[in-house]
Amino acid sequence: MGGAKTFNWAGWSSLILLLLAWELGARSTAALQVYLPPISEVIGASGQLFIAGQLGDHALVTLERFFAGYLIASGIGVSVGIGLGYFRSLHNLVGIVIEFLRPMPSVAIIPVAILMLGIGDSMIVAVTVYATVWPILINTIDGVRHIDSTLVDTGRTFGLSRWRILWQIILPGASPYIVTGLRIALAIALILVTTAEMVAGSKGLGFFILDEERSMNSSNMYAGVVIVAALGYALNRLFLALESRVMRWRHGMVARETA
Amino acid sequence: MPILEVKSISKSYRQAGGNTTAAIGSISCQVEPGEFVSFVGPSGCGKTTLLMTIAGLLAPSAGSVLVNSKEISSPPPDLVLLFQEYNKSLFAWRTVLGNVRFGLEARGDRSSNASSKARSLIDLVGLKGFENHFPWELSGGMQQRVAIARALAYEPKVLLMDEPFGSLDALTRLELEDAVLRLWAELKTTIVFITHDIEEAIYLSDRILVLSRRPSEIIEEMPVDFPRPRNQVSTRAEARFMEIRNTIYRQISSPAD
Repeated sequence: MGGAKTFNWAGWSSLILLLLAWELGARSTAALQVYLPPISEVIGASGQLFIAGQLGDHALVTLERFFAGYLIASGIGVSVGIGLGYFRSLHNLVGIVIEFLRPMPSVAIIPVAILMLGIGDSMIVAVTVYATVWPILINTIDGVRHIDSTLVDTGRTFGLSRWRILWQIILPGASPYIVTGLRIALAIALILVTTAEMVAGSKGLGFFILDEERSMNSSNMYAGVVIVAALGYALNRLFLALESRVMRWRHGMVARETA
Repeated sequence: MPILEVKSISKSYRQAGGNTTAAIGSISCQVEPGEFVSFVGPSGCGKTTLLMTIAGLLAPSAGSVLVNSKEISSPPPDLVLLFQEYNKSLFAWRTVLGNVRFGLEARGDRSSNASSKARSLIDLVGLKGFENHFPWELSGGMQQRVAIARALAYEPKVLLMDEPFGSLDALTRLELEDAVLRLWAELKTTIVFITHDIEEAIYLSDRILVLSRRPSEIIEEMPVDFPRPRNQVSTRAEARFMEIRNTIYRQISSPAD
């Protein structure tokens, strides 16, 4: 199953063409280079910053905050989501509150968080948790709701306690939805960490990018942007690799259904 | 002493409009240990409701169900229900082995030889070699075999089967009928079976309870005394087989008045 993965030549060629256009475009106009230095210079700047240890430190700080926020949000989102999806009365209690809070753009919470937590790690993590929890929560609730009652009845006729039904039937049964929520949340978490760092950080890639921009150091600024992009890409690949392991049962099933 | 007693249970549902519909009028019956008893009735007569109630998954509106002389209020430990919809009842995230092992885990068997017990059950239902397949990789008949093995792994004293072969093709159905009879003889469980297929009920059972239309009641009790092991060709060819079939058919098809 799965099929052998072949190297995507067309896709990578497009990326290389884009970078080439960037390089040549930037080199053709001297005036432009202040705002858009050639990619070769950006790469050179990244290398130097890494050797100096500067960029690596910032990236590490950002990653730490990212993982703290993402993992806390995952824990809260999945467990609360299962509770709200399974116990209808619980959902009746807080459903409307969720519907009010959820559509609010999450960055609007940053000033509130600064007011309450000051500027620092806890504020950035808190903001990340807040923004990240929604897609996980909503998808988990959805996933639990989509579980066929026969599956729950199967657990009951086998004498499973309510706790074991949640753990052994509801959680794996809802897992395809939960995974979707976790994947959406991954991108959101990175956005929020960098944004919060730009607003109120003294470390981290978000801070670094804005700081270099303010120092008119555009090569360094772009180096930061490229690193954030690479980080996002790598995290997504890591997620997909983990997902294809944990959700192996699902992939063949979906392939069969859509064939 | 009967292993299962149903004492004048009835069940009505409240509908959206506020009216109540009665699914089960009043049903009483007893099942002896080791018996194979079938309920036969027209579709929509509340057969599934009856079985869900006996399984402790639905509470009756009135009356009681006793397993081993004890009144039940939740799914009793000695009894397991096999659903018609094997595709909804099997755990898609577990392999065949994992699904069957679930039956053992559910009754607390996490011993080191649980896996070998599960394997021998998989062997017994004729799925040797498919231990590491996922349910979606199997045909409907094979999936229902997995569900049967999982139920047997739980070692229930009473196995309730809700039209287990209703969505399978005719040939697979005959195969599984024989498989269930073989397992029943070997493991000496009690089976309560529901079907709308009269001949299936005759072929399998020691005793048939015929249900009326909604609100369902037992309108006839028919002992079936063909020798065992039964045979899909010779048992079904007996004159008495047709006789029983026709008697039941007349009762189900015409309103009993």
